[in-house]
Parts: sequence; C-alpha cells; structure tokens
Amino acid sequence: MKIKNAALAGTMESSDIMITLEPSKEKGLVIELDSTVEKQFGRKIRRVIGDTLLEVGVDSARVVAVDKGALDCVIRARVKTAAYRAGGEECFHWGGDIK
Amino acid sequence: MHNFSLDQIPYSDELVCVKDIFNAKNIVKNTRTLSEREELHNKIAGSLEEAVRLCGLKDGMTISFHHHFRNGDYIVNLVMGKLAEMGFKHLVVAASSLTDCHYPLIEHIKSGVVRRIETSGLWGKLAEAVSSGLMDVPMVFRSHGGRAGAIEKGELPIDVAFLGALSCDPYGNANGYIRDKDEGIMCGSMGYAKCDSQNADKTIIITNHIVHYPNAPFGISESDVDYIVKVDEIGDPAGIMSGATRFTSNPKELMIAEMASKVIVASGRFKDGFSFQTGTGGASLAVSRFLRDMMRAKKIRASFALGGITGSIVDLHEEGLVRKLLDVQSFDLKATQSLRDNRFHQQISASYYASPYNEGTAVNQLDVVVLSALEVDCNYNVNVLTGSDGVIRGAIGGHPDTAYGASVSIIVVPLTRGRIPCIVKNVGTIVTPGKIVDVIVTEHGAAVNPMRKNLRKRILDSGLPLFEIEELQQKAEKLVGIPDTIPYTDKVVGVVTYRDGTVIDLIRQIKE
Amino acid sequence: MKQLRRTMLYVPGNNPGMIKDAGIYNADCVMFDLEDSVPVAEKDAVRFLVNEALRTLDLTGKEYLVRVNALDSPLGIADLEAIVSTRKVVVRLPKTESAQDILQCEREIKRIEREYGIEPGSTRMMAAVESAAGVLNAKEIAAASPRLIGIAIGAEDYVTDLKTTRSASGVELMFGRSMILLAARAAGIDAIDTVYSDVNNEEGFREEVRLIRQLGFDGKSIINPRQISAVHEIFTPSLKEIDKALAVIEAIKEANRKGSGVIALNGKMIDKPVVMRAQRTIDLAVASKVLEKERENA
Repeated sequence: MKIKNAALAGTMESSDIMITLEPSKEKGLVIELDSTVEKQFGRKIRRVIGDTLLEVGVDSARVVAVDKGALDCVIRARVKTAAYRAGGEECFHWGGDIK
Repeated sequence: MHNFSLDQIPYSDELVCVKDIFNAKNIVKNTRTLSEREELHNKIAGSLEEAVRLCGLKDGMTISFHHHFRNGDYIVNLVMGKLAEMGFKHLVVAASSLTDCHYPLIEHIKSGVVRRIETSGLWGKLAEAVSSGLMDVPMVFRSHGGRAGAIEKGELPIDVAFLGALSCDPYGNANGYIRDKDEGIMCGSMGYAKCDSQNADKTIIITNHIVHYPNAPFGISESDVDYIVKVDEIGDPAGIMSGATRFTSNPKELMIAEMASKVIVASGRFKDGFSFQTGTGGASLAVSRFLRDMMRAKKIRASFALGGITGSIVDLHEEGLVRKLLDVQSFDLKATQSLRDNRFHQQISASYYASPYNEGTAVNQLDVVVLSALEVDCNYNVNVLTGSDGVIRGAIGGHPDTAYGASVSIIVVPLTRGRIPCIVKNVGTIVTPGKIVDVIVTEHGAAVNPMRKNLRKRILDSGLPLFEIEELQQKAEKLVGIPDTIPYTDKVVGVVTYRDGTVIDLIRQIKE
Repeated sequence: MKQLRRTMLYVPGNNPGMIKDAGIYNADCVMFDLEDSVPVAEKDAVRFLVNEALRTLDLTGKEYLVRVNALDSPLGIADLEAIVSTRKVVVRLPKTESAQDILQCEREIKRIEREYGIEPGSTRMMAAVESAAGVLNAKEIAAASPRLIGIAIGAEDYVTDLKTTRSASGVELMFGRSMILLAARAAGIDAIDTVYSDVNNEEGFREEVRLIRQLGFDGKSIINPRQISAVHEIFTPSLKEIDKALAVIEAIKEANRKGSGVIALNGKMIDKPVVMRAQRTIDLAVASKVLEKERENA
C-alpha cells in the first residue's frame, strides 16, 4: 500500500498513541518515537509500529509517534488507522483471532 | 544567720545535693511582669544567622528538618541558603523527608555545602539528579520508625534541628496550628519534629507567628527548644494544607478499596475494638469509606485509628465509630482542626508512632494497615521508592513499620498503571520485605502470602477472587508486555535501610 | 447457566483507556460503542481500536457486544466486517425500525461469516429500538431472527421522536418499555432498559432500577461502573424467593427420581413457566453470591 498523503491518528490522552504518517521518498520506515515509557517499552513500541506497517503493506514511510503508555493493541489500531487514512480507499482484511 | 554547719551532716558524701551553704546574695529576683519578660527575656534570636551562631554549628555537623509542610515548605531552602551564605561546608542533612520543592539542594550539593543526605523520600528534580549520580556519598533512606530509632539510639546524632512551626511562644512551646485566631496556615501534628526536638543537641524553631506564653497544649515543649527565629513567610499555604482530602471517584480505585475492605472483614480482625491505619490517597484512603458502612451495619467501633490522619478518619471519630486518634502527621485542614480541638485526637512523636525499639510502639498495636505501593513482586516484596524506569520517586514513610506491626498488612495496588506493570517478578528496589506483607489487593483480585495459611483460608472461604501472586504477575505481563530491563552503572547512589538500620537494598545510578 | 444481562456497561469505542479497563468491572455485559458516542471523524479509528482490542484482550467471564453504526451507510457495513470477523461479540443494531432492518443485518452477517470461514449462525444479535415506529414494530423485530438474544429500548432518541422530554417519573417511557418487554417475552429473548445519565443521582437511579425490575426487565444499560452494584443489589432475589425456587427445583428432581409425570408442590401444579422462573431466581441468586453453587446443585 502506498502512502499518498500525510495522515494522523490517535490522541495525546493517557493510554493512547498519536501516529503521524508521512510519505517518504526512500524505501524503509523511519520511526521517531517520544514515549512516556521509553526506557521500558521503547524498543517494543518501535517494533510494533514497524511490524504493523509491514502487515498492511507499507514499506516506505516516515512515522512520528507520541506515546502516552498505549498497549500494543492500541498502537496497532492507531497505526492501521493512520495507514488507512493516508493510503486512501484500501480495503482491509480484518483477520480473526491472533492469539 | 544559720545555726548549722555542713560537717554536721552524716554521710554527706552520699548526699548528692550537699555542696555549699545557701547565700541570699546569690539570688536576684526578676520582678518584671510576664509580658515584660516575654518581650525582653526570651529565646527569640535577632536573625536566623544569629541563631545558627549561637548554636555553635560547625562544618561537617548534622542538621535536621521535618516534612510537615509538605510541598509548601520554605524552611529547608531558607536555612540551606543562609548556611551556604555563611560559608558552611560538608553538612549532613537529615530531613525526615524531602519533596519536589527542595531542588535548590542540588546547587548546595554541587558547591560542597551539603556532603550527604538522609531522608525517607525524594521526588522531582533532586531525585532525578541523585539517580543520575549527582552525589558522591550515597543517600540513606530510612522509614519513619527507623529514623526515630536511629536518632534515639545515637546512630544518627543531630547537632542542630531547624523546625518550622505555625505558632510558638517566646520560650519555645510550638505547634503546627494556630489557636488564637481563625485564619492562618496550619499543618497539624508535628510528630516528626517532636522526635528531633527531643534528641537534637540544639533546636531552633522557625515560626511566622509568635503568641503569648504559654502556647499550651503544645506539640513541641519549650524544654526542648534553644532558639526561636521569626520569619514572615513560613511556607506556601496551598502546599502545606489542603482543604479536604477527598475520596477518589475513580471506579478502578473504588473497586480495589471495596475489595480491600472485604478482605479486612474476612480476615477475622474486624471486631469491636479493632485498630487500623489507612493510607492517605487513592484506593487506600477510600477503604475507610467502605469500612464505615460495614462498621455502622455491624455496630463495630474501632478502639483507635493511627496515621497519617485525614478528615475522613476524623469524621469516623466524630461519629463515634473510632474512639481515639493517634496522629503523627495531619493531612488536611479538618484533621488539623480536630487535633487542636478534639480531646481524644492525640499528637504523637515519630518514636511513639513507629520506633522499632519500643514494645508499646503504636504500629505494634495495629490490627490492620492498608498501604499502597509502586510495585510488588512474586515474593511479596514492596517497592515504594523507585519507578519502573529506575529513577527515585517516592518515600518509605511508615511502610515497613506498619507492615511489620499490624496483625494483617494489606497492600492495595492496581495491576498496571498505564503501561507500567505493578505486579512484577522482581521489584526494582526492595523497601518492605515480603515476609511482613500479607495480602495484595488489585482490581483483578487478591493474593495472600503463602506463609499466612489461616488468613488465606479465611479469605478464600469468603468468596473473594483469590489468585497466586504469580498469576497476577502473568495477567499484568499479558496486558502490557515484558518491559526491558533498566541499565544501571555500578555506582551506588542510595542505601535503603530496614527499620533496624540494616541494609535491605541499594539504589544504583541510571545509565544514560 | 443462562447468560445474565443485569448490567450492560457502555464503553465509548473512542477511548483506549476505558477500553482496556472495561473488563475489570463486574458488569454482566460490556458494550463497545462505534455509534453515537463517537465523533464522525473518528468512526474509522474506533473500528480499528475495537477490532484490535477484541483480538488481544482477555474477554473471559463476560458477554461482549458492539454497537455498530446503522446499516443505511457504508460505515455500518464496514463496522460489521471488523466486528463479526473477531468471532467474539454480539452485534448490537441501533435504531431498529422494523423486522427488515434485522433481516438486512442478518444477510450481511451471513456473508461475512461465509467469507471468513466462521461457523454460520454463530454470530448473535441484539436489537435497539429508538423510535415510535420501532416500538410499534417491536413484536416483529424481536421475532425476526433466531440470532437475536435481546431487545433494548434507547430512551433519548425515542423520547425525541415522541416530541417530549424525559422526566423523573418516566411516564413518557411507559408504553415503549412495556412494548419492548412484551415483544421480548413473546419471542423468548431478553429485554434491556435504557441508560440513566445522571450518575450522581443515586436515589433516582435506584428508583428507576426498581421500577424496571418490577416491570420484568432482564437488565439495564450502564454508563458508569459506579452504577453496577446498585443494579445487582436490586436484582438479587429475596431469601423468600430463593427458598421458594429451591423448593420448586427439588420437587422436579423428586418427581424425576420417582418417574412421575405430573409434578406438584404444596398442592399446586408446577408447569414450565414456574420452573423457568425458579431456575432464573436461582441463577440470579448464585450470581449475586447469596447462594452457593453447591447448594443449588444439591
């Protein structure tokens, strides 16, 4: 899926993460993270953002994330929402049980 | 004029009082009136500087402060600023606790005015700086009882105590409240200050309100006070006293509180004449609300409540549900007024409250205590000092004292705070050892220390959701994931002591 | 034991903090909302939030529902896809006007079940009636599909449709409530009452709960966890009711042991409605923890 425009999802409320997705000229994902739990979960959060983008077929983008302690499922949801908003009318397969 | 001589006294060497013959010339009666004397012959020093000089403070000595003014304290910064100005160096600061507002100490540490610090707690910029390795000498953390015990035993000798008070007469009878007028700043009990005043070599009271002699009933006695300094600004009223400590309306905290109160009922300790202590915020305070309903329903009265006294505990007392209040620190205006006005609301010193060396110590008479925590681990160890990022952010307070002393100790804690797990495999810093921690209550259910077999059975039989602590830890982990471990250097920045002064854990510097 | 629905906790889908905590309160049911509590600009975001939450969080011990947007817009269809695919929730359809709305929803659900390889018929539904037309069609709505587990009334929109306002006495809701209840009973499904918005008026809330319990409702919609315990308390059967119910069940067991066809208790015949009521009383008693599960089975 190609990122056509910049898009935003999420808020800066506690337990949420604000994801800004921008198109990038280079291949690969550049992730900038500002998190209240950087030391404990910074590494994990970056990985979840990256994995989720790859899952929805985004392999080139710039991500700015402001995290206030969001759980992984919230991060995934916000990343997918941003991708959906940035990519236009792509159809999402909702999958099923992942656990 | 006298018709006897000293050699007429048999066994005079055994009689301690026998020295010389009385001579009326040695007496000069002071015929001034009380009000003249108050004005002319008193302990009020001309300035803080003068009081310091009169006390004979020297480099390297130990000075102390109380923390009854909470985050509105001006005393520590005022005194340290003055001591720095006067050129003192290498002082040991033994505060009963320190808060966010004490960050100016950073400069005094850097400039060598302060060599080392002892405290119950540390917050804000100063705490972050210490965690980042600001000080050469590690900070010593003590519980309230541990500090009182160490002071009384001479392990922590105080040379000069600087104690803020909200009213003081010219001879040093001091209180944390005002009696002679309706408005003014009040902090209530001066329990930590009492202990210092009774043991320090020299005690200076710093007050904004001199009243007439005698300022009785008094919290601090004149016989323990050497000098008095009057200042205009004693502290920030908003930081010193809160209007009323409100019950939380957070549904999660209420749920935890309700479960904790059910644990108390199931524990077998909920009988007429029982005694308890609750925390002063969040879920641990709200427990008293649920207890009240149950006490009224079952017609059970408590013999006393200990604390950390808040307006809601005072309400229980005034309703007749709690017979007596023992108060080492008052948390809001209502508690302060009650301390001043209610006959059976008694001010107690830190030593009376929690010293490990007295059998009758108040914490030893508790049936139940409800405490909070930053983290709890699978061995029931509790951390109240360092956050999950390894930075110092908390206070020991009376945690291990009450956990030890109470027949049943209950820790109320949410499973997670945001993304941070509160039930973990191993806590970052052990403050209260698992051996004295009995029940953990979270919103997902409770866990009972396996050493308390009878207690466990009672709680299980009551139908409360009971888990192994490992199950709760797994639930937390499943929810938030496994946090990365925090990297530390080898440098020790904090020594955490148990009540008896033995070292229970070390705090190390965060690696940047 | 039949699923109890005494309390149905509303959780706005647009609030990650509330979503992750929804399961800790002891409501019988939790309903994530994608509809009226969500601003239009965020309707796509909540679909993702609720879908991810349902796939990850521990959902045991409660029934979960999701209120989707009405199916007259593409929003509703996308919501259904996101929700039904998780295989974990009951679909709550808002603003149901007629049996047609139920059938349309059922058709969409059937398609999604087929596409995702979900057991056909396993996704259940709840209808919410929020208008005059809906109330008048309640009987047909409640009977429209075997997937329906309950029918609810949404007072705010209904009362607006009637061109009146909500009052403390609730007289304007009397007919609507009764119709929903009768429709539920005729179709053999649950009847759920509307929310009570004034969270701080505990006495007013209790009065309303007592009223709807007496009317025969199975449960109430809840907007704040603080409301849960009052509802459970009021729905707890009295000791007298419990003893009577236990006697009925005992009589059935006795009759079965003897192989007797006709069952009587205290000279009265016990027929099926009596037995069902007795069982329901026992279920409520066990859920309220006033009865031990063992005693019930003894």
